[in-house]
Amino acid sequence: MENLQVRIWRGKENGDFQEFEVPRQESQTVLDVVTYVQRKCDPTLSYRFACRVGVCGSCAMTVNGVSRWTCRTHVDKVAEDNKVEIAPLRNLPVIKDLVTDMSEFFDKWAKARGRFAGSTTRKAEFAQVSPESKERKRVDAGIECIGCGVCYSACDVVTWNKDYLGPAALNRAWTLINDVRDTERAERLAAVAGDAGCHACHTHLNCTERCPKGLSPTAGIAGLKRAVLAATLSGEI
Amino acid sequence: MKNDFRARNHPAYWAFIVHRTSGLLLTFFLPLHFWALGQAFHGAAGLDRFLDWTQNPLVKFAETGLVLLLSAHMAGGARLLMIEFLDWREWQKTLLAVAAGVSLVAVMAFLLNLV
Repeated sequence: MENLQVRIWRGKENGDFQEFEVPRQESQTVLDVVTYVQRKCDPTLSYRFACRVGVCGSCAMTVNGVSRWTCRTHVDKVAEDNKVEIAPLRNLPVIKDLVTDMSEFFDKWAKARGRFAGSTTRKAEFAQVSPESKERKRVDAGIECIGCGVCYSACDVVTWNKDYLGPAALNRAWTLINDVRDTERAERLAAVAGDAGCHACHTHLNCTERCPKGLSPTAGIAGLKRAVLAATLSGEI
Repeated sequence: MKNDFRARNHPAYWAFIVHRTSGLLLTFFLPLHFWALGQAFHGAAGLDRFLDWTQNPLVKFAETGLVLLLSAHMAGGARLLMIEFLDWREWQKTLLAVAAGVSLVAVMAFLLNLV
């Protein structure tokens, strides 16, 4: 197989693409390519990964202009004319090369009250939540988020409004709103109801289109919009 | 760093562009529409003259564009309302094709009526 022509972002916000040649291999992933470059071509290349199997959510990058998890993105699927361009995630400050500072991404989970608040202690019996209940099904639809930041990177509203909580944080809030054990429903709805909350979503569906886990944060955000409206009308918030 | 067109190259984003563009163009059309209706204030003759002018084949053909804008904006808007107000189902992704289809059918029907 012909060598792959790879362009990799070097530097911080200001930087440039550096070109490398990487031998093609069968079932080669984009993360394999980055790892090859770091080990064989330039050990100063910085990137982030951990599990390599689509669980940890740490290896997301922009591949040929599209935010993706690189460990489960095959080169065959994304190479155009045997070329791949690899850059850091969008909408986040670049620390170096392919590594972004994800602080604001996770801070926004906290702002959206993304932490479960229960009313029982560890000594209590397990809560019984029917898998068939409407709430549980809604939680199931959004709970598999791995926090990779792909949706945040793909979202235009994040680009336009730096305070926007973003798809992942709002999706997390939606799963907690539907968690029947949670005790902070009203506070959480108030937290996601502001200008930078669910109502800022333009329903571009960039997040739904790009989520590597096949989740639809758009659906959760739409659910939050309805829940906020109902809570406002009923005087809950 | 910001996204470029490659990140936005998917049908739902095209739907957004169509919805926003048609909305803006219709906003520009509305004052013209009200001006035309306002001709009635100056008597029936003025309005009739304007309505006669609109029978011009070129104007009729241009109206097709207007029907396209209206139908695209309405069908796209209905799609958005269904995404926002109904619980998420996988078929909502295909609403996009339905909206495009409805819009095109409306334009075809208008064109058939013209000829």
